[in-house]
Amino acid sequence: MLQIFCPHCGELRAEEEFHAAGQAHIPRPLDPNACTDQEWGDYLFFRDNPRGLHHELWIHAAGCRQYFNATRDTISYEIFETYKIGEKPSVTAKPKAAAPGEQA
Amino acid sequence: MSQINRLSNGGRINRNQPLTFTFNGTTYQGFAGDTLAAALLANGVDIIGRSFKYSRPRGIVAAGAEEPNAVLQIGSREATQIPNVRATQQALYSGLVATSTNGWPSVNNDIMGILGKVGGDMMAPGFYYKTFMYPQSMWMTYEKYIRKAAGLGRAPKENDPDRYDHMNQHCDVLVVGGGAAGLAAALAAGRAGARVILADEQEEFGGQLLDSRESLDGRPAADWVAKAVAELKAMPEVLLLPRATVNGYHDHNFLTIHERRFDHLGEVAPMGEARQRMHRVRAKRVVLATGAHERPLVYGNNDVPGNMLAGAVSTYIRRYGVAPGKQLVLSTTNDFAYRVALDWLEAGLKVVAIADARGNPRGAWVEEARAKGIRLLTGSAVIETRGSKRVSAARIAAIDPVGHKVTSPGEWLECDTVATSGGYSPVVHLASHLGGKPTWREDLLAFVPGEGFQQRVCAGAVNGVFQLGDVLADGFEAGVKAAGEVGFAPVSGEVPSVAARSEDASIALFQVPHEKSTARGPKQFVDLQNDVTSAGIELATREGFESVEHVKRYTALGFGTDQGKLGNINGLAIAARSLGISITQMGTTMFRPNYTPVTFGSVAGRNCGALFDPVRYTALHAWHLAQGAEFEDVGQWKRPWYFPKNGEDLHAAVARECKAVRDSVGLLDASTLGKIDIQGPDAREFLNRVYTNAWTKLDVGKARYGLMCKEDGMVFDDGVTACLADNHFLMTTTTGGAARVMQWLEIYHQTEWPDLKVYFTSVTDHWATMTLSGPNSRKLLAEVTDIDLDRDGFPFMTWKEGLVGGVPARVFRISFTGELSYEINVQADYAMGVLEKIVAAGKAYNLTPYGTETMHVLRAEKGFIIVGQDTDGSVTPDDLNMGWCVGRTKPFSWIGWRGMNREDCVRENRKQLVGLKPVDPNVVLPEGAQLVFDTKQQIPMAMVGHVTSSYYSASLGYSFALAMVKGGLKRMGEKVFAPLADGRFVEAEICSSVFFDPKGEQQNV
Amino acid sequence: MTAINVYQQRPEGGKAESPLFHAGLADAAGKGKATAGIQLRERKLLGHLTIRGDGHDAAFAGAVHKATGLELPGALTLVSSGESSLQWMGPDEWLLVVPGGTEFEAEKKLREALDGQHIQVVNVSGGQTILELTGSKVRELLMKSTSYDVHPKNFPVGKAVGTVFAKSQLVIRHTAEDTWELLIRRSFSDYFWLWLQDASQEYGLAVKA
Repeated sequence: MLQIFCPHCGELRAEEEFHAAGQAHIPRPLDPNACTDQEWGDYLFFRDNPRGLHHELWIHAAGCRQYFNATRDTISYEIFETYKIGEKPSVTAKPKAAAPGEQA
Repeated sequence: MSQINRLSNGGRINRNQPLTFTFNGTTYQGFAGDTLAAALLANGVDIIGRSFKYSRPRGIVAAGAEEPNAVLQIGSREATQIPNVRATQQALYSGLVATSTNGWPSVNNDIMGILGKVGGDMMAPGFYYKTFMYPQSMWMTYEKYIRKAAGLGRAPKENDPDRYDHMNQHCDVLVVGGGAAGLAAALAAGRAGARVILADEQEEFGGQLLDSRESLDGRPAADWVAKAVAELKAMPEVLLLPRATVNGYHDHNFLTIHERRFDHLGEVAPMGEARQRMHRVRAKRVVLATGAHERPLVYGNNDVPGNMLAGAVSTYIRRYGVAPGKQLVLSTTNDFAYRVALDWLEAGLKVVAIADARGNPRGAWVEEARAKGIRLLTGSAVIETRGSKRVSAARIAAIDPVGHKVTSPGEWLECDTVATSGGYSPVVHLASHLGGKPTWREDLLAFVPGEGFQQRVCAGAVNGVFQLGDVLADGFEAGVKAAGEVGFAPVSGEVPSVAARSEDASIALFQVPHEKSTARGPKQFVDLQNDVTSAGIELATREGFESVEHVKRYTALGFGTDQGKLGNINGLAIAARSLGISITQMGTTMFRPNYTPVTFGSVAGRNCGALFDPVRYTALHAWHLAQGAEFEDVGQWKRPWYFPKNGEDLHAAVARECKAVRDSVGLLDASTLGKIDIQGPDAREFLNRVYTNAWTKLDVGKARYGLMCKEDGMVFDDGVTACLADNHFLMTTTTGGAARVMQWLEIYHQTEWPDLKVYFTSVTDHWATMTLSGPNSRKLLAEVTDIDLDRDGFPFMTWKEGLVGGVPARVFRISFTGELSYEINVQADYAMGVLEKIVAAGKAYNLTPYGTETMHVLRAEKGFIIVGQDTDGSVTPDDLNMGWCVGRTKPFSWIGWRGMNREDCVRENRKQLVGLKPVDPNVVLPEGAQLVFDTKQQIPMAMVGHVTSSYYSASLGYSFALAMVKGGLKRMGEKVFAPLADGRFVEAEICSSVFFDPKGEQQNV
Repeated sequence: MTAINVYQQRPEGGKAESPLFHAGLADAAGKGKATAGIQLRERKLLGHLTIRGDGHDAAFAGAVHKATGLELPGALTLVSSGESSLQWMGPDEWLLVVPGGTEFEAEKKLREALDGQHIQVVNVSGGQTILELTGSKVRELLMKSTSYDVHPKNFPVGKAVGTVFAKSQLVIRHTAEDTWELLIRRSFSDYFWLWLQDASQEYGLAVKA
């Protein structure tokens, strides 16, 4: 079971307090009507499935009910950072030898 | 004779407290402090079960978690049965009842044994796959017999009388293993002030120190154990958990500990106590001090009862005062195992000989054995044993220095016990649970923990540190390090002194040679629990299985509850040699939780029975109970399903309830509908974006039905939203969709449109909702309210505020039945009082409570959908013939609009919601039935739709259904057929989905 | 046309049933052992108001303080004064608990003080209740029920967290050294009550009026 740092509560919490909400940083097209079926289909259905670093959207469902982002290694499940909606990830390449469950 | 193998003194047992128990129906006696295995050995019980595949007799081999054979069924009655209990881990209690799990019909005389003796060729590895998988249809038949013959224990068929629970723990340092290293680590971390948990799977802390020949500070090692435990107990932030196996090492340093709290006292725990407890531990750091398992030697007929691990024999003598035989032969590759010969001799028994695979061992204990006159055969090993139900002799012969050939015929020596030691395998299981690969160390002839995604420190034998003095120092250092890493200042080391003991290196001997080839020689067992032999492993490699994972699956090496504790290293070394590769190249299989079997009870904890899942009740539940309601689960809610009277069944009750609503007035508890209070200047705009229809012009005081779609254009929820004030709305959702819709609003507000000034708060539980529905609802309500119910002053789809039953209420004039209806909302604390006043006034109108079933029938008569029943996530508003609810000209591209304009969503011939009228008015179509246009076509038929809702309508006088049919809206009047499982077809006519009052006059009166 | 619909929802007098009314706590009160490790009391029929607003806006904090006399608490904390308390629920959400029957006045005061700001005030009094747990074994009981660390080092007095409890969710408030409160939703109250009875069996449970 993962331990996730909620950027709003400011604490590590157990995974069971959270729900994963898929890949992060997929904004809704500003003008959906201008999208071709192909473009709209890409927005709706296609997601990355990387082996390694992944930016994800989570919600602290049992806590403060806020959505936030996490940068997680899909191999080790290490979470390098969590950050608020609207912020950019600071980890975009895998750092060397950080520890699981620890905040970068 | 009782306890023939009990020594006259020694051991950590209480000889003043005899305990009676039974094994396979025979009554025996042991002592408090015994394990079941110790007591069985004390009583001279040689055969403990029959082997899994060959049905060979097997005895106790080990003294701990690594025991492969003595895996027993415990329990005196059906409800208390526990399978897969290792006799070596079960403390003896008075009245314990144990039976063998293998052995059909009896362990001493097993008909399967004949098959086993006939032997190898008939039951080669892969036997099950090769023989029984084909023809596939026969597998089920074979399986029944194989399972019975194999008999791996069984679950109880009655309810367990015990309770189980979970405990969530948090600590700075979790120390796994309470032996020398673990105790030292716990002391170091505890003294530093850390929150420490020390868990050990045995009855008491101390591990090998409890049967050690070595002294600490010049005193027996057990004395130091007692002192260390006492010190730890006195530390307020240290939790000691004996009888607690750390079974799983999960992500982010989350570990599960299976504590057997009362298993040592009886088969049922005292009243109110949980018999077993699962500790769910989040540890900042973990010290793994899991020790090592002795590796048995692999030689001919090494499975005959009486062949045991050397260290286990020492444990039985020193810890339990039991010598499991009279005449011992020891076969070893190392110095440490010599202790068994010395212990055996000191117990006053005969050591026949020691075979040492090494040429010239000269360590301290070797010399002590020599000095005591024990016969020592160097450069030799036990090649094979004989005996059917117990070892009667062992053949010791000389082998070459690399252990590949027998170089002398040797001699048969009479004995009843053969103790063997091929070295020590660190218990790397937990260290590898997250996929960390163990590393082979040639200097140690052992795998040690490799890199893993774990915040842990390994200490002692698991780390490849074996000498007692080093183990204590390593453990202490590990405790200091672990505590230090989480911010605790180190404490100075205070480790007891151990007299130095010279020791020679051990040598590798993973398979003892034999004159005959492995395939033709006597069976050499590698994995006793799964009956895997060295010949089987060689066969696997010859058949092309080269990966260690494939060898495992082909042979079953390390399967099941064993998890390769004894056999894995020997097995993969044999495979490596057979393939001509190194052990490092071969690698190990993946280790997975759990380390030892865990009861389902402790996994479930108290989440069973009435607490299996949360149950939600409305504020009116007690009233429903008093009316004799039958309940239906809707999500976690209990909703009245129907209210039977005078023994009515569902259909009779529903017919009566429907009639009451259509003729007079009915009462429904609608409190479970999701309710969301929405405030803010941009509330309207937000509604425009999340609903398919338009909200800009909804006046204060009015309410409107809305559909919600996902971005793909498919309907996912619906409900009525009322405008309470210009910046204030009350949204209702489906009962099951309440939480989903709330998160839906939040995710769009938080991630996409944070600029919109709007807030959402769930008020589902705050409001209780009572619906009065039927032509007399106005008259009835008028008797209990001060609200003016005038038809024109309070029209359909509006709401009013006022007192109902003396309680402030919001009343919504909306309808889900097609009848004149009022939904009365009051603060839930006051709902019961309001209900009672309504019910009292309702007597004059035959006010009839109705449940969800009647609600479903009434709404279906009106063609009103239920999201999730008539929709399935692939249905657009147009598919539902609800295009009137789509705001096609709304300026903002609302959620679902782009999606429902995809090519596939606007094509012809999509499935559309229609009504069906069975030609036979008494036949109710099964919900979910597939539909076809033509009964004469070949199977598989072209399916053109399915039934979503289907009922008999008492008001209409015929059965009817809602269905999704391809192009259905253009097929009015055409026939469809529902093929039933019995081959019949039900014919029905496609019609409008609105069966009752198509003009909507009833709800507008 | 008013922007928000606000009205007195609580009747004067009349029959009131708190979420755990049917558990018969009043009848059970005083019958448990005095030595029970867990003492339970329902703090029932209080006024509960959810307040939403911008916590970073000094005007918001100031107005809430003016209306309630309580400093707007930061993350995971709870402030109280007499019978009233104000708790952080999220970065833009607080819960004000006031004596039962005063919530309408409290809401009006808040709205007056917050006039002109984008906020939400919602009366949720009927939807939740508070269970007060005292006694020597409360920490153990909580450990059986929640994965959140209730050790005083991590959970000092004055802290309040929303978390998972049994198989559902609630808010745990540490209000005094041996006193903890569970803020639970009405519809789940029977489930939690059943859970608490079951989990406290080994410690003994007594109900307080």
